[in-house]
Amino acid sequence: MTDETAGRVPRSDNAMAMDARVRRRRAAESRFRAYGLIACLIGVAALVTLLATVLTNGIGAYRQAFVTLEVALPADRLDPDGTGTRESMQKVSTFGYGPLIAEAVERTLADRGVVIEGATPEDAAGLISREAPAQLRNYVLNNPEVLDQTVEFNFLAGGRIDGYLKGRVTMESAQRDSNVTPEQLQIADVLQEEGILSLRFNPGFITQPDASDQRPEAAGLGVAILGSLYMMLIVLVLALPIGVAASIYLEEFAPRSRWTDIIEVNISNLAAVPSIVFGILGLAIFINFAGLPQSAPIVGGLVLTLMTLPTIIIATRASLRAVPPSIRDAALGVGASRMQAVFHHVLPLAAPGILTGTIIGIAQALGETAPLLLIGMVAFVRGYPSAPPGGLFDPASALPVQVYNWTQRSDPAFVERASGAIIALLVVLITLNALAVILRRRFERRW
Amino acid sequence: MSMLKVTASAVAIAAVSASAAAARDQVQVAGSSTVLPYSTIVAEAFGENFDFPTPVVESGGTGTGLRRFCEGVGENTVDIANASRPIRESELAECQANGVTDIIEVRIGYDGIVFASAVDGPEFAFTPSDWYNALAAQVVVDGELVANPYNNWNQVNPDLPDQPIAAYIPGTRHGTREVFEERVLHAGCEETGAEAAFEAAGVEGGCTALRTDGISVDIDGDYTETLSRIGSNPDGIGVFGLSFYENNTNSLQVATMSGVTPSVETIASGEYPVSRPLFFYVKKAHIGVIPGLKEFTEFFVSDEIAGPNGPLAQYGLVSDPELAATQAAVAAEETM
Repeated sequence: MTDETAGRVPRSDNAMAMDARVRRRRAAESRFRAYGLIACLIGVAALVTLLATVLTNGIGAYRQAFVTLEVALPADRLDPDGTGTRESMQKVSTFGYGPLIAEAVERTLADRGVVIEGATPEDAAGLISREAPAQLRNYVLNNPEVLDQTVEFNFLAGGRIDGYLKGRVTMESAQRDSNVTPEQLQIADVLQEEGILSLRFNPGFITQPDASDQRPEAAGLGVAILGSLYMMLIVLVLALPIGVAASIYLEEFAPRSRWTDIIEVNISNLAAVPSIVFGILGLAIFINFAGLPQSAPIVGGLVLTLMTLPTIIIATRASLRAVPPSIRDAALGVGASRMQAVFHHVLPLAAPGILTGTIIGIAQALGETAPLLLIGMVAFVRGYPSAPPGGLFDPASALPVQVYNWTQRSDPAFVERASGAIIALLVVLITLNALAVILRRRFERRW
Repeated sequence: MSMLKVTASAVAIAAVSASAAAARDQVQVAGSSTVLPYSTIVAEAFGENFDFPTPVVESGGTGTGLRRFCEGVGENTVDIANASRPIRESELAECQANGVTDIIEVRIGYDGIVFASAVDGPEFAFTPSDWYNALAAQVVVDGELVANPYNNWNQVNPDLPDQPIAAYIPGTRHGTREVFEERVLHAGCEETGAEAAFEAAGVEGGCTALRTDGISVDIDGDYTETLSRIGSNPDGIGVFGLSFYENNTNSLQVATMSGVTPSVETIASGEYPVSRPLFFYVKKAHIGVIPGLKEFTEFFVSDEIAGPNGPLAQYGLVSDPELAATQAAVAAEETM
């Protein structure tokens, strides 16, 4: 008896009790689960950190410090010829409007009996954005009847004052800062108490064009949003039909031969080509050869179309392949032609997959900067492009380009702008991707 | 089939409007990232005060800008190239070869190059020799050329603080690098006697050959990248433009060079040694073709923009004492 059992592993008679091997297996199982959970948690933590940084830095861009001022508009200074015509008034440049605003600030302070020790008139005038004279001049040129009147305006406050209200600039940092003085911050405190200076929602961040380094407070995303929109329109109009047509041919009609194999390998290859290569191609073909203008959304759109095509083709082919052959066979069996079988039966069933592929491709194209670098879209553009189709040839920038541009500016206030632009970009991307998920859920069919 | 029709009509529309949109109506500018902020400030003011559209300004560096400028004459080439150094002979030759023959050179003012470190660190007072000895691949020790042995600033010069050398200098694609090499490294090379040693040894370009052990880091991006490097390495010392420093005085402190503190005044008087003129180049063939090009050029150098009280000076440009001569040259469209 003892000899017989000596070589064997002793086994418990009870099947429910754990022996060493079962325990090891279970331990391995739970270890594996823990690894997976840790991997997920690392990903989530990275995402949360990223979102938290972007949100805390950028949410401020949607609120901006405004100053409400009553500005006197003397006719003798704004209409040198005294004729009241646009020509005469245009002779006064924004440099002529600057002093009017400075006087308005001084008067406001004097009316309320505010005296800040050591504050100069320049300090007071420096509270207001350099954008204000342009705003005032445009208003006067468009409403000549306001000459010799006093009109109330909402001006943007300067970038440093805005930073003070948001806690970015402190009395301590103002001591060292050559662009703001502690006296200016004291004036800002008084104005805020009086309700003249306040933080408000800033729709201009979405609608206004970019601004130069001296006016971070005035910079907005208007031109970039339009440029991105135009490019996505072009991508949608060109890449979807071309991509779907190519996939249908390759999947349903093309004979399996060496040529289709070569095309297939090349499409997969193109999907992995770095996007800057498409920019070089765009510069060579669309600008140097075809003579299309620089910095224009049409060129950007064409380049991004080339970049998105492989993504759309691969997604479309996968969803065509997912339609069971029995559907095709049944259609052909009742006498449909091959084209009828494809367009009446296969394509409608594959449509949700094609749509998701397209949306994901477009979302990818929306975030690209590299191919736009070489075709002149990474630029300072202040003029809105006009309505399409003509506007497709006007200069514009794009959302990711605006982020890139703003991170290179010297004024620290642009950090907030760049993060604000990232928020706008993320919102669009999340919407697009959510749409893709909803469409897939809604129309997906399983066999 | 409807898809085919849509595609066909889209292509047709594109082709038709391509020919219709051939006339460009805004000025296109490309080039130096140092000149970029000035250029955008002027472009913005130009758009506000004139009936012409706001010019489009691209960055990319002096070299890139001049290459695109020299691509040829025509509406899909840039009208103006910004440059933080004068155009080179080789670039002029390329321009000529491509038919860009009449070029107007416009000097807009001077820019100082400053050396700055983290605001809460020790103060620095440099001479060009200190920088040469800190960064060069080979330096003179006891009369002989040896591989750079220094790791701390006080080894280079006992008067400097005991702090590891970590320099962030502009990469070779920046025009700023050239000025840095000429005014700082070359000057230091001469002072320390290394130039004579290189000549004796028959080595060419020894003065600008930098050490490659990671102590000197080339920054190919913009000054914001240099600033963030200093933010993460408190021992770092970066090379900046004066205007960038003046916008970030709450996080940077500036070092003196040969005993002179950089400022608009010391640069204008020529006391501060490391400064350089900034330029832009205009294609004369485009004047009269691109609307607003001449007006933009004249506006750029006008007293209210480029003068000592203008917005460019407020941003950190040292205005040119000979601005009147530049204005006259621009008005007369004098070419190089």
